[in-house]
This record gives sequence, structure tokens and C-alpha cells, in this order.
Amino acid sequence: MKTILHIIKKEFIQLRQDKKMFGLSFAAPVFQLLVLGYAATFDVSKIPTVVCDFDNSASSRALIRSFTSTEYFKVVGYYDKTSEIDSQLDDGHASIAVVIPRGFEKKITSGRSAPLQVIADGTETSSASIGLNYAYIIITRYSQNIIIESLTKRGSFILPARMSAEFRVWYNPELKSRNFMVPGVLGLLLMVMTMVLTSLAIVKEKELGTLEQIVVTPIKPYQLIIGKLAPFFAIGVVDVILVVFFASLVFSLPVKGGVLLLLLLSLIFLMTTLGLGLFISTISRTQQQAMMTAIFFFMMPMIFFSGFVFPIENMPAVIQYISYFLPLRYYFVIVRGLFLKGVGMNILWTQALVLLIFGSVILSLSVMRFHKRLG
Amino acid sequence: MTKKLSLNIIPIVHKEFRQIMRDKRILGVLLFFPALMLFMFGYALNFDVKNTSMAVYDEDRSSVSRDFIQQFFTSDYFVKVRTLSSKAEINDLLDGEHVRVVLVVPSSFSKDIQKGKSASVQVIVDGANSNAAATVLGYINSMTQQYSLKVMAESFMRIGGRQVSLPIDFQPRVWYNPELKSAKFLVPGLIAFILMVTTVISTALAVVRERELGTMEQIMVSPIRPIELILGKTIPYIIISLIATVMILFFGYALFDVSIKGNIILLTIITFIFLVGGLGVGMLISTLVETQQLAFMIAVILSMLPTFILSGFVFPIRNMPPVIQAVTYLIPARYFLAALRAIILKGAGLSAFWDEAIFLTIFAAVMIGVSSLRMRKFLA
Repeated sequence: MKTILHIIKKEFIQLRQDKKMFGLSFAAPVFQLLVLGYAATFDVSKIPTVVCDFDNSASSRALIRSFTSTEYFKVVGYYDKTSEIDSQLDDGHASIAVVIPRGFEKKITSGRSAPLQVIADGTETSSASIGLNYAYIIITRYSQNIIIESLTKRGSFILPARMSAEFRVWYNPELKSRNFMVPGVLGLLLMVMTMVLTSLAIVKEKELGTLEQIVVTPIKPYQLIIGKLAPFFAIGVVDVILVVFFASLVFSLPVKGGVLLLLLLSLIFLMTTLGLGLFISTISRTQQQAMMTAIFFFMMPMIFFSGFVFPIENMPAVIQYISYFLPLRYYFVIVRGLFLKGVGMNILWTQALVLLIFGSVILSLSVMRFHKRLG
Repeated sequence: MTKKLSLNIIPIVHKEFRQIMRDKRILGVLLFFPALMLFMFGYALNFDVKNTSMAVYDEDRSSVSRDFIQQFFTSDYFVKVRTLSSKAEINDLLDGEHVRVVLVVPSSFSKDIQKGKSASVQVIVDGANSNAAATVLGYINSMTQQYSLKVMAESFMRIGGRQVSLPIDFQPRVWYNPELKSAKFLVPGLIAFILMVTTVISTALAVVRERELGTMEQIMVSPIRPIELILGKTIPYIIISLIATVMILFFGYALFDVSIKGNIILLTIITFIFLVGGLGVGMLISTLVETQQLAFMIAVILSMLPTFILSGFVFPIRNMPPVIQAVTYLIPARYFLAALRAIILKGAGLSAFWDEAIFLTIFAAVMIGVSSLRMRKFLA
């Protein structure tokens, strides 16, 4: 026990000696949280729109008004040539173009179908599909108005019913991307700060040859491992506290499900990241290799396939099965459940259990591998 | 002079190449990972919202309500996972992530429609994933309106209306990416991301590694000049990054039909300028830090994160708050990405992105200038 304490002390001293690194270990999480919280937004509003109104009638103007009165479209220019649309969309100044052909009003009043073109820049897939969908809703409502109007004109007593959907959005009523991203950042941070840095720290000793010096001392491998992992474990815990603090302070996003529960479940998650960090160190000779392996073989797949930004439900079945083997997947459910939904252990116990199993398996396998390499 | 310069570079380039070649794993990562990521982005990762799990609570149980509900499941946007018999079940379903949406049709639904009163349905959505939720809201909204229009048109015809066609014929057109494939949106972003990561991180680590292991001092006492060392260190990574770019473009074309609509020479020049800038950043980092750990951390914060988040790769810049939008003007990937999308997807010429090209050139010049100065000072 005393030996372990000595090693832990040595590791902490080493960590603090590198002033830049020490500062960065705490500044980086805050920086990442702020950037991701503010910048990572999918919210679609004020899509820059150009309008070509060839009809220039009361009907066409009414239609344009129904576009501008929503928050989804922002008209940035009116043009009378279709060639202008080309250059506006090419330059990226506008993402949606509405073209109202000549004879629009005439066709409507004579009861024929009036064509209306809406062009979307498809390079931004998400904005384009949401934009077109809203255009469709606006136009459908407008069509309903026309039918009702002409019915009233004909003196009909029974007007057809209008239908509407009343929405209740739970957990994130204002539909802010931020509320979705910020809890996710915690999972991301813990991986970068613990998994990658642990593997680098161990491989560094390998690269510099100091690991061999330790091996010939009477220090036992398990003592060495605990000593090596302890500082990063501590960094992980501090990161959780930092994120909780800044999330509630800056983004007014408190942990509804309780900070203690979050901390407890994060400790379980840390077992998997530290274990993976140790594992990577056993399969890498140089720091460059360790970093590349950590980033490309572990971090990226985990970030992409665990539901950080891309919903798992939309992935092909094979990938969905693979995602069950990624610890981060379970941790995301936990952090989002605790931050947004305020659920408790009665819902999260399965995630916690799976993480615990993953953590113990990964950690013990890595420790065994580490032993063998040293022996 | 130039002759002497080039003669000294060759052995350094040669040495650096041998070092990269010896490490099969890193070489493999640098060359094949881009293609793998493209594959993943094309097939597995997208923002399309389909097959959203929905639970239905039909209090009305009429032929109208059944007809109304049915339309949601004839599309591939929704999958019915549960039919509820009481409102009390909703809470657990959403909390436990069994469904994302609950549709409640109130008991007065069909009566209201018959009487010509406004009829409404209730929709409860799990808003945690705001992007998916917003899309789902849009789908439900438009399907409801469409149904409403259909009912109206029918009742109009019943009372002898002449109008058989709908008043407006909505003709949506999607330019540049007609099938709205995420892959097309992501290929240019992926090129920028991979290039930034490989150039900045690789060069920073390659130089810092020599410092950390003490071999830098050996190089310093040799007659190699700073500029030669810089070029020698970076040329191998430029070549590898260019090969990676070609592979992304090739796989993008072979797998996802993303062909380069614009000028290839223009694309090459812009890519080269961006690469030089990235290498400059890598060099600069290497003069600022002593350990690879630190170099990695700074490289992640300065290159990987901004390129992923602030360049418009995944998150549209115009939706960001103004302060963050101002920051994005400092991110070179932003300009590179705009140029790439213009060339590859839109087939636009230099006139569409000359401002971006100028900024990239300035960025590259400044980065190389500053990092050479620092490197010279540090080697002297």
C-alpha cells in the first residue's frame, strides 16, 4: 500500500511539473464545453431565401408574406431573373429560392393548379430537407385558405374542418441543440482526457526507456498500474465536476437526476476508458502510434457510433449491433437521462450494469496484458 | 544556392519517409482511415430521420381516426411500436426511450371533423435530440396538414365544387444533391478534416518527438539549415496527405457518385495551399511545446475541434451565435470547405470563392512565415 502511495505521489508530482500540460488538463475541458455548447447547433431558422415573383399579384405577395412571417425563412433578396438564382445559390448567399411563375393568381382563381417552384441547396442536407418540409407546410396551409375562401364565396354554409397537431416537447422544450450536446461533451471529454492521455503517459516511459528501470525495481506491476492510472482518474473526476459546474452556470442545464448519481456512474465509465488507455499502451511502441491508435481506432468510432451526434436508430442493423459493444453508448444514455430527463436508477440500472461489466472486463484484460508485457 | 538546398533536403525527406514506412500502423492509418471514414459516413452515419418509433393512443376509434393514423405508417418515417390503452403509459415509454413520439387522437376527433369544427391531435415528442425532434415535428405537421387538405378537397367536391385539383402544385427542386444524400454533404468536409488532422498532428509530433528523444540536438549540430529541416520534415506528410485526398475523392466517386463537377487543377491548388497552412500550424506548435502529450492536446484544440465544429463540416455556421460566427472567420477550414463544396458539388469557378482562396493564401503565408521564424530562432 505504501509503495502505491509513493508511486501515485510521484505521478502527481510529474503531472504538476509540466505546468503547460497541467493547466491544459483543466482548461481544455472548459474550452471544449463552451465551443461545443455554443457552436454545435443544428437549429434551423432564418434560412436565407431569395424570391422570384414573376406574377407580382395579390395572391403571390400573400404567399411570400406567409413565408416571411415564419422564423424559418429570411428573404435576402427579390429578383426578376432566374439566372440570379443560379449565382445566389452557387455563391452560397441563399439556400432556398422560391419561384412564382407568371399567371399564378389567374390559375388559382380559375380553379386550376398553379405551379410553384421551391429550390433548395442540397449540399446542406439537413437544412434543405427541413426547409422544404416547412415550405410544404406553408403551401398546404395556403391551399386550405384558398379552398375555404372559394367555399365562402359560393355561399356554402358548412365549412370543412381544419386539422392541427398540438405538440408537447418533453425534456428539451425549446428544442435547443445545446441541451443535447452539452451532456454528450462530458462523455467525449472523459475519453480524450483519460483514455488518450493514459496511453500516452505509459508509452512515454516506454519510449524514453524509464519503464524498464521501474520494472527492475521491486515495484509490483499492479502497483505500477494503479500509480499510473490514479492521476488520470483524478483528472476525470475533476472534469466531471467542471462540466457539471459550467453546464449549470453557463448553459443553465442542471443535473436533474442528481450530481452524486452522475459522479458515481461516471466513475464506472472511467473504468472502461482507463482500461482502454492501458490496453492501447500495451499495443503501442511510440507515443505517435499510441495517439493514432487511440484517436482512429477507439475514439472516432466511439464518437460516431455511440449516438453523440448521429442517432443510432438511423444506422444500418449491423452497425447498431456493433454499437452495443461501445461503452460510450451506455454512458450517453446515462448523461442525457440525468441532465435532461431527470430519471433515476430505476431506468438507468441496465446501463450502469453493462458499463460495470465492460469496465471490469476491459480493465482486468488490460492489466493481464500489461503484466505479460512486463514479465 | 538552390542546388545546395535541394541536395540537403533529400536525405531528410528520405529519412522521414523511412521512419513513416517502418511504422506500418501509422502509415495504414494515414492512408486508409480516410477511406474507411468516408465509407462509414456514406453508409452508416447520417442525419436522415427515418423509422422513428411511435406509440399511438386512439381515443376516438373511428374510421376517420384510423385513416388518419394509418398515413403515418405508410411512409418510412414512422414505425408503430405500441398501441396504448391509457395515457398513464406515456411517461414510462418516453423515459425509458422505448418510443420517441406518442400520437394521441382525442375522442372528439371524428365528430369535430364532421361538424366542420377545428380538430386537433396531440403529439408528445422526446426533444432530447433536438435535431431529430425538429425534423419529426415537421413531418407530423406536414402530414397533418396534408390530411386536412385532402379532407377539405373531398368535402369541396361533395358540395359540387368544380375544383378537382389542389390549388397549388408544389414543385420542390433540390440542387447540387438531388437525393439529399448526407455523403455528398460530408465528403468535402471529410477531406478538410483528414487533411487538417494528418498535417497538423503528424508534423507537430514528428518534430516534437525528436526534441523529446534528444535527437533534435544531433540534427542541430549537423550542417542542415532550418529551412531544409522544415521542408524535409513536412514534404513526406504533404505527399501522404495528397494521396489520402485522392483516395477520398476516388472512393467518394466509386461508392457515392460524388464526382468533381468543377476544375480539378483548381481543386489541387486550393488543397495544396490549405496543406501548407496546416503544416505551418503543426510546425508552430512544435516550437511551442516540449512533449508529445502537450503537442497532441494543443493540436486537438487548435485543429481537430475547430475543423470539426467551427468550419461548417457538420454544423451550419449561420445557425451559430454571432460571437461564434465571428470566431469561425479565423478557422482556415471554413474557407477551404466553402471552396471544396463550390468546386466538387456545385462546379463553380474561382469567381464563386475567390475571397476564400485569398484568405487561405494569406493564412498559409503567415503560418509558414511565423513558424519558420520561430523555428530558426529555436534551432539557432
